[in-house]
Amino acid sequence: MSKEIKEVLVRILRTDNGRSWWAEYKVPFFEGMTVLDALNYIRERLDNTLAFRSHCRMGVCGSCAVVVNGKPRLACNTQIARLGTDVVELKPLYNFPVIRDLVVDLVDFFNKHRRMKPYLIRRDVKEREEPTREYRVTPEEFERYTQFTYCIMCGACVAACPTVSADNLYPGPQALAQAYRYLADPRDEGWEERLRIVDDQHGVWRCHFAGACSYVCPKGVDPALAIQLLKKELFKYKLFKRRKKASEIVPPPEVKAPPKKQPPPFDYEFNIEEVIKYERE
Amino acid sequence: MVEIIDHDVLVLGTGIAGLRAAIEIMRRGEGKVNVGVVSKVAIMRSHSVGAEGGTAAVLYPEEGDSFELHAWDTVKGSDFLADQDVVFDFVRAMPREIRLLEHWGLPWSRRPDGRIAQRPFGGHSFNRATFAADKTGFFEMRTLYDKLLEYDNWERYDEYFATSLIIEDGEFKGFTAINQRTGNFVVFRGLAGIIATGGTSQMYKFGTTAVGVTGDGVAMAYRAGIPAKDMEFLQFHPTGLIPSGILLTEGARGEGGHLKNKNGERFMKKYAPEKMELAPRDIVSRAMMREILEGRGVKHWSGLEYVYIDLTHLGEERIKERLPLIRELVLKFQGIDIISEPALVRPTAHYTMGGIHTGPNYQAMFDDKTYVRGLWAAGEVACASLHGANRLGTNSTAECLYSGALTGAQAFKYVLSKREKGTNPSSTSITTFAEKEQKRIFEEVLGRERGEDPYEVKNELREMMDKKFYVFRTGEEMAEGLKKIKELKERYRKVRTSDRHKEFNYNWLHVIELGFLLDVAEILATSAYARKESRGAHYRLDYPKRDDKNWLKHTLAYYTPEGPRLDYIPVRIIAWKPRERKY
Repeated sequence: MSKEIKEVLVRILRTDNGRSWWAEYKVPFFEGMTVLDALNYIRERLDNTLAFRSHCRMGVCGSCAVVVNGKPRLACNTQIARLGTDVVELKPLYNFPVIRDLVVDLVDFFNKHRRMKPYLIRRDVKEREEPTREYRVTPEEFERYTQFTYCIMCGACVAACPTVSADNLYPGPQALAQAYRYLADPRDEGWEERLRIVDDQHGVWRCHFAGACSYVCPKGVDPALAIQLLKKELFKYKLFKRRKKASEIVPPPEVKAPPKKQPPPFDYEFNIEEVIKYERE
Repeated sequence: MVEIIDHDVLVLGTGIAGLRAAIEIMRRGEGKVNVGVVSKVAIMRSHSVGAEGGTAAVLYPEEGDSFELHAWDTVKGSDFLADQDVVFDFVRAMPREIRLLEHWGLPWSRRPDGRIAQRPFGGHSFNRATFAADKTGFFEMRTLYDKLLEYDNWERYDEYFATSLIIEDGEFKGFTAINQRTGNFVVFRGLAGIIATGGTSQMYKFGTTAVGVTGDGVAMAYRAGIPAKDMEFLQFHPTGLIPSGILLTEGARGEGGHLKNKNGERFMKKYAPEKMELAPRDIVSRAMMREILEGRGVKHWSGLEYVYIDLTHLGEERIKERLPLIRELVLKFQGIDIISEPALVRPTAHYTMGGIHTGPNYQAMFDDKTYVRGLWAAGEVACASLHGANRLGTNSTAECLYSGALTGAQAFKYVLSKREKGTNPSSTSITTFAEKEQKRIFEEVLGRERGEDPYEVKNELREMMDKKFYVFRTGEEMAEGLKKIKELKERYRKVRTSDRHKEFNYNWLHVIELGFLLDVAEILATSAYARKESRGAHYRLDYPKRDDKNWLKHTLAYYTPEGPRLDYIPVRIIAWKPRERKY
């Protein structure tokens, strides 16, 4: 397929001051070309006024999510040759207010994430801020939440969600998956607070399990699953008053005879305790 | 009248270092000191997310690791240009940083018994790379970002593009910026500032970094009279993916990956018989380029020559568990599955060892003795000389955490003491400065509708840097390169901004960024041309030996209208004298 394409037609739904139109650009194709490569080519060579966000080029910063031929995706992660067509149609993310061209407003999206209290809540505040060693996390416990930590906050799932488009108070798949991520973390003790936040008429119960969020996630996160698991936790919580015991500090490993690996002796005499004393407690 | 935004502390840049600094201020006394967190991208988009391999820390002294050993590895890796007092303080602070992040939610990869796992990394003589799969930087960012959301006494300024620093009578006053959303000009005013804007390697075409890594912080400080230190030392990461240069983590070699030339030979046995693929990056990059220059590389359709990194013997399970991002990236960009085939790599511009000249406490300095009051630098943008001439893998995210915490703590105390003294900001001179800068940004940059194509100038700069200031350098080539930079700087004065909009006008920002890039490239070129020796990442074919007698010193580059003026200061050596570096 890729060998035969010489040129790609890129159609972009552009917006300026509330006025929208389709702009078309012809872009020479090269092997391995991504949608982001095409966008850069257009902005640098054909039309300096095109506005879109991009940063890392490697699918991990979440800047460049746009709608590519109907599906929300990362521009940098999408190979044109694999789209199966030489027409690339780009629109700004659905369900977000458009500011200019492909740039959308993410403020509400970030705020919804914040509402979920997306951080570990612990009762041992002193240990949390002055750590002695790590909390124990076994491989099984790790598995339970780890896939939900891969979220890069690109907004693709929210753009695909039919519930978000009907109810703008619904936190959306990104925020809810993060609520579950912290709730399922064996180190967390804030699950009760978080369950209360998601348990209202605009909360988890609004999800109809369309599954579009999981289908579009570029990082393989399954927010639809997280939301169903949140519902399950809520049931358990209401029926049995479920309790969870948070993990505790692991002691240091048993001291064996450590292998001797030594740096060369110091050439100068000095006291390692007194090297610099800036602000370390 | 320009819009003025006031905060006690301004943090510019929201990578690992910037976020860690902001958190440090919050956790020392929320409500006492308020912080403005400013970034030209949204907070979670900073390039720290691209860090993959790990973060170095001595976590298991019980099993034989020690601070002295981590310090020695770092000093030897630096080719003895590191300031050793900084190294010792750093290694001692790191275990706490790892455990803090653990307690704040970071999903560090674990041993079967539930303790934090560590893996081998280049140049370290103990397995002390603490990692979270191959997305360590990403998880550090997510954890710090989420942790910061717990606090209230800070304000986020996503997508504010800083254009110049305001320094008055040796004291930090604030900086000017463009609010990208509106296109309006604003002045941020603060009692203290922490610059954490990252590196400069976008001056190269084949590089690992995000498009925004354009040396803004170094260039702004330089223009404000703060020297750039040791900028000739730019690290080429051995394994950049053909054809764009994005990163294939050193963790791949840490997990046991082999480098092979076109004949399938593990060539590292010739260059570092003991450490093999896990020698420091400068040595591995040079070995790869030697193989390529001697005809044992392979030519890609893009014209770039490469060697192979072979991971097939690691097995599917280990690759999926330990290197999932790498597998995904190679599959997407090369169409190769690393489980069954080797990936194509060559050295890629990666990390700026140099940066804003700071003291051992990461406070910015004008020279060997004079501090800039109220201004710190943290992370890659800073040069406290922790990495010297060559940084070890996993010491960068580590430095971001360490220097972020350190500068946050100092800024916090500085603001409290400054308030006690009851100083109030002088506004008239700031206004004069701001009006001048506003004129430059709006009339000179945005106002010039016709002229040179900025993208053409940028492209020529980056192609030239890839050729003349790469792994192997010579005086002759560098002189040509320097001449080219002067020519490009001349053309930059006539560069056009075609986009007339104010909101999200990336064309406009790209023109300003190009100005920063040209400045940092000129500093690198001038410093590199002057240093007549080979040390760490700076290797000259015409001076292939390290010369401790004449060049065991740090370069300082000062702004002058004609180009950088160089000065030199001594290296602080407290533990080990320089010796031969063998791996």
